[in-house]
Amino acid sequence: MGSYCLRRILATLPTLLVVVTVCYLMLHATPGGPFDDERKVSAVVLANLQAKYHLDQPMWKQYLYYLNNLLHGDLGASFRYADWSVNELVAKALPVSAAIGGGAIVLSLLIGVLLGSVAALRQNSAVDYLVMLMGNLGHAVPSFVIGPVLILVFAVWLRLLPAGGWDDFAPRYIVLPMALLVFINVATIGRVMRGSLIEVLHSNFIRTARAKGLPTRIIVLRHAMKPALLPVVSLIGPLAISSITSAVVTETVFSLPGLGKLIVNGAANRDYTLVLGLVVLVTVIAVGFNLLVDLAYAALDPKIRY
Amino acid sequence: MPLWTRKSATDARRSANEALLGALVGAGEAALAGRSPWADARARFWRNRAAALSLCILVAVVLLCAVGPLLLPHAFDSADWDAMSLPPSLNNAHYFGTDDSGRDLLVRSLVGGRISLMVGMLATLASATLGIAWGATAGFLGGRADALMMRVVDMMYAVPYLLIAILMVTMLGREFYLVVVTITVFSWMDMARVVRGQTLSLRSREFIEAARALGVPTRRIIFGHVVPNLLGVVAVYTTVTVPGVILTESVLSFLGLGIQEPMTSWGVLIHDGANVMEISPWMLLFPAALLSVTLYCFNYIGDGLRDALDPKDV
Repeated sequence: MGSYCLRRILATLPTLLVVVTVCYLMLHATPGGPFDDERKVSAVVLANLQAKYHLDQPMWKQYLYYLNNLLHGDLGASFRYADWSVNELVAKALPVSAAIGGGAIVLSLLIGVLLGSVAALRQNSAVDYLVMLMGNLGHAVPSFVIGPVLILVFAVWLRLLPAGGWDDFAPRYIVLPMALLVFINVATIGRVMRGSLIEVLHSNFIRTARAKGLPTRIIVLRHAMKPALLPVVSLIGPLAISSITSAVVTETVFSLPGLGKLIVNGAANRDYTLVLGLVVLVTVIAVGFNLLVDLAYAALDPKIRY
Repeated sequence: MPLWTRKSATDARRSANEALLGALVGAGEAALAGRSPWADARARFWRNRAAALSLCILVAVVLLCAVGPLLLPHAFDSADWDAMSLPPSLNNAHYFGTDDSGRDLLVRSLVGGRISLMVGMLATLASATLGIAWGATAGFLGGRADALMMRVVDMMYAVPYLLIAILMVTMLGREFYLVVVTITVFSWMDMARVVRGQTLSLRSREFIEAARALGVPTRRIIFGHVVPNLLGVVAVYTTVTVPGVILTESVLSFLGLGIQEPMTSWGVLIHDGANVMEISPWMLLFPAALLSVTLYCFNYIGDGLRDALDPKDV
């Protein structure tokens, strides 16, 4: 197990390096520099500025400087927000995204597993149809349609909740965006859980357990649940990544000051360093999540040899 | 892909039976000319009501988008200051209403549909070509080249594609073809994986072996047995790529990073509609409904194709 972990961790390094390098090269390929402003600066000041940010050095050296900064956790300075470093912007935005994304994943795992299990145990019941309907809807109706419709119904017509905005983690502002994320995730989790539990319940060892005369409750909880949950565990990685990316949409729809909003604003303002820093950060998080889930999967599934 | 591997036994039996029958009758090809697998698949597809209906609706949507703007009295980009934010009505030929600059929403939805569908087709075509080439090469070469090429695919999967797509449109620009390129870069991996797996397993299948043992010429093995098996997966995966691609374009446009004014797409229209939905909800609901219906149709057609091309599952 130890050597497997080490191998998996080492295997993520090339991915990260390639992403950082490609993004860095793209950044450099774009015309214009950070100081090509309407505000003219004198040649001496410009030279000093360029020296400060190592812009007078050859490109490979700048790249190494950037890598070195990254290794020290420094994402650089923002092009547009003067006096703000990318790190400071991230420190303000990350808790918002993490609270909504993390909360949504936990909630949707609970609800999804519950609904999926009930649907599998009571096929063709109301819950079963609900799970299938949600699965279908979540698949075909994009989140940027569901989101505005939620606002239209709950904020505009019923006037129960605010249409968007943020007030220091006040629950009123969290409900709708989280509901949107939970809906999308439950659509996936519920369907997967339903399918895998049905498959497990048809397997031989369950038949044996029934033949022994065990009550259904024990069969489901003690024998069927663990193997049926494995596919759901492998979903957590993609779900975590998709909640980061769908944060881009939810935070735009509900105007939340999170990472997603930051990256969209950065892209609209052509704040290259900010977008690059955020992409690098999110890639690290995503790759890390995938790694964790892989390791958890290896630990849980006796069929996997490493 | 267990779905496709199951086919081997059936096919092997079918080829062997065919050959045996052929030998018995002694008449060769003519006597065996039965229903082709494609005719079978077509019949199975049309028996699937959801898929058949979806195909009809999709064809209707495509035709509407293609021809509709030519027949309607309004232009998609002409503002009419006397008809701003009108609700849908049959009297003034603004069947979907107008937006806040008095542009006809029906025409805009159809023109936007053209763009969305066009991005969908082009990016799917490009990514399918790239994916097939990549996957088939990896599958045929095998060994180290295969391992390396598949590492690249794994790498692409690990990356949060939407964010990198945002980075790319920020850096490259928001021209129509650049949006297509950006989307293509992140949607070819499924196809590559599937085609590689299929190529790898096809090389050592029993029905290929059986055909070879019966003396079927290589050319006929490739075109009669290998290619049809590849075409099935390619058809299914092409169909399921389209909605994903359209969705990505819509997300980018929704975020204001895709197609730019005065050109429009469903994502742009939904974005505009979401901004004014309190006063004119139709601005949101019509384009959203069009997009969702199209995505639904593609998903059902994909399912239908998968079932139709997999004889085992019926």
